[in-house]
Amino acid sequence: MIWNWEFVWAEALPPLLKVVHITVLATLYGFAIAAVLGLLLALLRRAPVRLVSWPVVGFIEYVRSTPLLIQIYIVYFGLLPALDLDPTPFFAGVLALGIHFSTYTSEVYRAGIESVPRGQWEAATALNFRLTQKMFRVILPQAIPPVIPALGNYLVAMFKETPLLAAIGVLELLLTAKNTGSYTFRYIEPFTIVGVFFLIMSIVASLGILRLEDWLKQRRPG
Amino acid sequence: MSDEPIVQFQGVTKSFGDLVVLDSFDLDVAPNEHISVIGPSGSGKSTLLRVLMTIERIDSGTIKVDGDYLWHMEREGRLVPANEAHLRKVRGKVGMVFQQFNLFPHMSALRNVTEAPIHVLGMAKEEATERAVELLNMVGLSDKMESFPAQLSGGQQQRVAIARALAMRPKVMMFDEVTSALDPELVGEVLGVMRTLATEHALTMIIVTHQMGFAREISDRICFIEGGRIVEQGPPDRIFSAPESERTRAFLKAVLEV
Amino acid sequence: MREDVSLLVFARELLLAAPVTIEITLGAAVLAFAMSILFGLARLSRIWLVRALARIYVEFFRGSSALVQLFWLFYVLPHFGILLEPITVGIVGLGLNAGAYGAEIVRGAVIAVDRGQYEAATALNFSRSRTMIRIILPQALVAMMPPFGNLFIELLKGTALVSLITITDITFRAAQLNVFTLQSMEIFSVAINVYLVLALAIIFFMRSMERRLGRGLGRVGGVS
Ligand SMILES: Nc1ncnc2c1ncn2[C@@H]1O[C@H](COP(=O)(O)OP(=O)(O)OP(=O)(O)O)[C@@H](O)[C@H]1O
Ligand SMILES: [Mg+2]
Repeated sequence: MIWNWEFVWAEALPPLLKVVHITVLATLYGFAIAAVLGLLLALLRRAPVRLVSWPVVGFIEYVRSTPLLIQIYIVYFGLLPALDLDPTPFFAGVLALGIHFSTYTSEVYRAGIESVPRGQWEAATALNFRLTQKMFRVILPQAIPPVIPALGNYLVAMFKETPLLAAIGVLELLLTAKNTGSYTFRYIEPFTIVGVFFLIMSIVASLGILRLEDWLKQRRPG
Repeated sequence: MSDEPIVQFQGVTKSFGDLVVLDSFDLDVAPNEHISVIGPSGSGKSTLLRVLMTIERIDSGTIKVDGDYLWHMEREGRLVPANEAHLRKVRGKVGMVFQQFNLFPHMSALRNVTEAPIHVLGMAKEEATERAVELLNMVGLSDKMESFPAQLSGGQQQRVAIARALAMRPKVMMFDEVTSALDPELVGEVLGVMRTLATEHALTMIIVTHQMGFAREISDRICFIEGGRIVEQGPPDRIFSAPESERTRAFLKAVLEV
Repeated sequence: MREDVSLLVFARELLLAAPVTIEITLGAAVLAFAMSILFGLARLSRIWLVRALARIYVEFFRGSSALVQLFWLFYVLPHFGILLEPITVGIVGLGLNAGAYGAEIVRGAVIAVDRGQYEAATALNFSRSRTMIRIILPQALVAMMPPFGNLFIELLKGTALVSLITITDITFRAAQLNVFTLQSMEIFSVAINVYLVLALAIIFFMRSMERRLGRGLGRVGGVS
C-alpha cells in the first residue's frame, strides 16, 4: 500500500492541524493589507498631479510583473532590517503578500470607481461636497460592492500563494509537511493532505464568490 | 441693490477642443427672475448651466454670482483663478437638477436630501431631517422617505432630486431638461413642483427645457441660444408670438410642429 | 565604490543563472499553451466524459497551490520510482499549472466567437473539427492574446518557485549570494530587475504577436 492511513493519523496530520491557523491568518492579514493599500493606490493613481500618479502606476506595474518570492526576500532580508525593524518571518511574509496583491486589488478598485456614472460626480459637485466627501460618501459606496467578488478572487489567489512563506521559514502548512517528510521519509501523505486542503478551500471559496456575485446582481435592479 | 443681477455672464467662452460651445457669452439674470433657455440640440444650453455649476471650467470671460466672481478671486486688485475654497463658497449659492436625476442610489430618499446639509453645511442631523421631511412633503413624497431611488418612478426620483437641491438653500436653481428622461405621464408631476417653486417661493430659476408651453407659462424671459450665443431674448409672449430673428422663427416652427 | 563593484558582480552572477529561468519559462510556456488549447477545447466537448475530465484538470491545478504541486512532483514522484531531473519537474509542474488557467482563457475566447461564424461554417458543410481548427480558433486566438500575455508574465514570476526545489535559477543564485554576502537589498534588487527585464521582453513579444495576428484578421487591436 502506497498510502498509509495509520501514518496519516499518527504523524502526517497532527502537525498540520497545529499550523493550519498560520496559513489562514497569513491569508487574512495579508488580504487586509492588500485591501487597504490597494484602495490607497487606486486613489493616488487618480491624483491630478503626475508627480504622484506616475510613480504609483510605475510601482503597480513593477510589483505586478516581478516574482512574489523575490519580493518576500526583499521585505524580509532587506526592507525590514533597513527600517530597523526586527522582522519575524511571519510579519515579513504577510507584508510582502499584502503589498504584492495590493497592486491587483488597486486595479479592481479602479475598475469599480470608473464604472460609477459621471452624473454621480456631477451631482456631488452640485451639492458642494469636498473631494474626499465625494469619494467616501458618494463614489466608493457605489464602486466597491460590485467589485467584492473580484476582490474575493484575489483573496483566494493570495491564499494559494501563502506556501511561499515557507521560503523564509514560516512554519505554515507546506513547510510543516516538508519537515514531516524529511524525518519520516514519507512525503506522499503530508503533501497530499496540504494539496487537498488548498483544493477544497479554494473550491469552496470560489463557489461562495459565485453565490455572492448572484446575490449582488439580484440586489441591484438593472 | 436688488437691481444687481444675481448671475452675470460676461464674455464667457468655453470650447471642447476645436468646438466653441459658448462664444463670448453675455447674460444677466435678475434676482428671482425665471428664465428659460431654449435652442437646438448642441447649442450649448447644458454647457451654460454646467459652467455655472462649476462642473465644466470656462476658458475665458467671467461669471459673477450674487456679487462674487465664480471662477476667479480678486487678489491685490487683480483677478486670479479661484481656488477650491473660493469655488466652494460661491458654488453654494447655486443648485442644479439634472436630466438623469443623479440621485445617490445607495441612500434612501431622505438621506439623499439630508446628506449634503449635514456634511457640507454642517447642519445638525435633527434639523436637516426636519427640513428634508418638509421638502419631501412639498414635492409630494411624504410616503417615500425611506425608499431607495431604484424603488421610485422617474417622476418621483426627479422630485427627490429637486428637494435635494433645495435643501442646500441655493439662491439660484438650474433645471437641465429635467423632464426629458421621463415617461410622458410623469412629466406633469415634476412640472407641477417647478410651478409651485416659481409661484410660491423667492427663487431665481434658470430652466433649460423643450416644453415650450411650460416655458411660456412660467418664465419672465426666454433666451433663444444657438452657436454658443444668445440669438434673441425677451418676454415669452413676444418671443413665441413675434420672434424677430429668422433663426428663432425656424427653431420654434420646427419644435412646435412636432 | 565598493557597492558599485558588487552590484556589477551580482548582476553578472545572476545573469549567468538567467538561462535556467528562461529555459524553464519557455519550456513551461510551450507545455502550458498545448494544455490550454487541448483542455480548453475539451471543456467544450460534446462528450460528457471529456468535459468532466477537462474540468477536473482545470479545477485541480488551479485549486491546489502551485508550490504545493511542485513539491509534490519533486518529493513524491521518486517514491513511485519516477526519477525526473529537477528542471523537468519545474517545467512540467509550472506548465500544467499555467495550462489550467490557460484552458479557461481558451474556453472563454472560443465561446466569445460570434455564433454566425459557426452557422456560416455549417452552411459550407465544414465538419465540426474543421470548423474549430479553420474558422473558430484563428479568430479566438486574437482574443486570447492579451490574457495569454498576462499568463506568460505570471508564469515567468512563478519560475522563481523552482529555486525551492534545488534548481539554480536567478532566485536560487540570489538567495545563495544573500547567504554568502549578506548584502540582501543589493542582491535582491538586482534580481528583481533581471526579472523585470525578462517581463518586458515578454510584453514586447506578446505585443508584436498580437499585432501580427490582428493584422491577419484585418484588425489591429484585440477583440473587445
Ligand atoms: N465633455 C464634452 N466633451 C466634448 N464635447 C462636449 C462635451 N460636452 C458637450 N460637448 C459638446 O458641446 C456641444 C454643446 O453641448 P451641450 O450639451 O451644451 O448642448 P445642449 O444645448 O445642451 O444640447 P441638448 O439639447 O442636446 O442637450 C455639443 O456639440 C456637445 O457634443
Ligand atoms: Mg443638454
